Amino acid sequence: MTALVAPLTRLMQIRFGPSAEVHAMTRLSGGASQETWGFNLHVSGQSPRALILRRAPFESSAKGEAIGLVKEAQIIAAAAQIGTPVPEIIHVCLPEDGLGDAFIMAHVAGQTIARKILRDEEFSLARRRLAFQCGESLAKIHQVGLFHLPQDLPVSHGLDQLDRYEAIFRGFDMHRPVFELALAWLREHAPAPLPTTLVHGDFRNGNLMVNAKGLAAVLDWELAHQGDPREDLGWICVNSWRFGIRDKRVGGFGSLEELLAGYQTAGGQPFEPSDITWFQALGSFKWGIMCLIMYQAFATKADPSIERAMIGRRASEAEIDLLNLIEGRPHA
Amino acid sequence: MHEAPSSEELLGSVIGFLNQVAAPQLSGQAAFHARVAANALALIEREMAHKPAADARAQALYAALLADLTSPLEALNQQICAQIRDGCLSYKDPALLAALREVTLAQLAIDQPTYSGLLP
Repeated sequence: MTALVAPLTRLMQIRFGPSAEVHAMTRLSGGASQETWGFNLHVSGQSPRALILRRAPFESSAKGEAIGLVKEAQIIAAAAQIGTPVPEIIHVCLPEDGLGDAFIMAHVAGQTIARKILRDEEFSLARRRLAFQCGESLAKIHQVGLFHLPQDLPVSHGLDQLDRYEAIFRGFDMHRPVFELALAWLREHAPAPLPTTLVHGDFRNGNLMVNAKGLAAVLDWELAHQGDPREDLGWICVNSWRFGIRDKRVGGFGSLEELLAGYQTAGGQPFEPSDITWFQALGSFKWGIMCLIMYQAFATKADPSIERAMIGRRASEAEIDLLNLIEGRPHA
Repeated sequence: MHEAPSSEELLGSVIGFLNQVAAPQLSGQAAFHARVAANALALIEREMAHKPAADARAQALYAALLADLTSPLEALNQQICAQIRDGCLSYKDPALLAALREVTLAQLAIDQPTYSGLLP
């Protein structure tokens, strides 16, 4: 942390004048490929301002499918222009800033922990609106002009992702009949792709900042790509993000009908719930394989934590969700 | 040989220590990992109790689907995977769906017994 305070203070003084000071710097979250830090900016004559530093650790380049922080900031700025609720981007770091691949954004007050959003009294009004608001936000994200995006932003549609995750699964040499069944079902039912749009790529509980009035900001754009807009609508329906409230298909807080109504109201194309089911099943399949990928990080000793090991046992939750979807069961 | 305390008693005791003594005295990531460690031991406890019956049932279900009463479970499991992959077994087959559902529910009862997908 101390290694970051000096360059961050220097940067804040360049941006906000020589009286700028960095206070209460705290690590909010972090993994192998990125870290999120909160801090307070003090400038004489102004009230303190809560800001967020998002950066990649010095020793790592962008890993996996993450697009890197500079592109992430560029996409957030493009989404903001069209009215998506996102944190204001304050500064995109340059090499001379000494903070590595990083950007600084405004802190948005609220809650991201699903169990609180889904159960605490203070979010009871928010819960009633959230699915509609998520639909509105997704419609805006999907209307961002592709010319505003980084030119090399990855393109991946539903079947590209099915191919990619199948290849990863085959590489593990694990024999799981439900994943085989899901692959067969997904291949047979694949819808024709829609024209390419910006896709958030990880629009779900945990990445949505929610306050008492509802959706305050869409966070964590590191998996953004160009693809099929139905991918985002299906991903937030995956049962794993409902945290036990299974009859509310959208994130455990709302119905798919509400999500699609919000989507259409904000200019999105009219979809039927049945248009989304395939992408939800793709999402459950991807989540199941992700659990196995995280277990592999443990098995290969890349990350020896008990948490990485245990997440491998969550692959079976994706299996029951896939069976429920394939059989068309209620609340699947 | 003696079994006092039994494996089950020892596991239960370590789970209690992790949840009630260690985790409350730790903070941040260490407290989180202590609780995950207790969950891992609880999973092992469930697996010791349920896996023999679950494996026997899976073997019977797969043996019936494949009309193969001699192969061991792992070989049957690989055969089921291969037959789904080459189309000999289909998601349209109610017997296959029923067998996979039963096997998956038994696995979830070990892995994650409170998961909402378990409900009918």
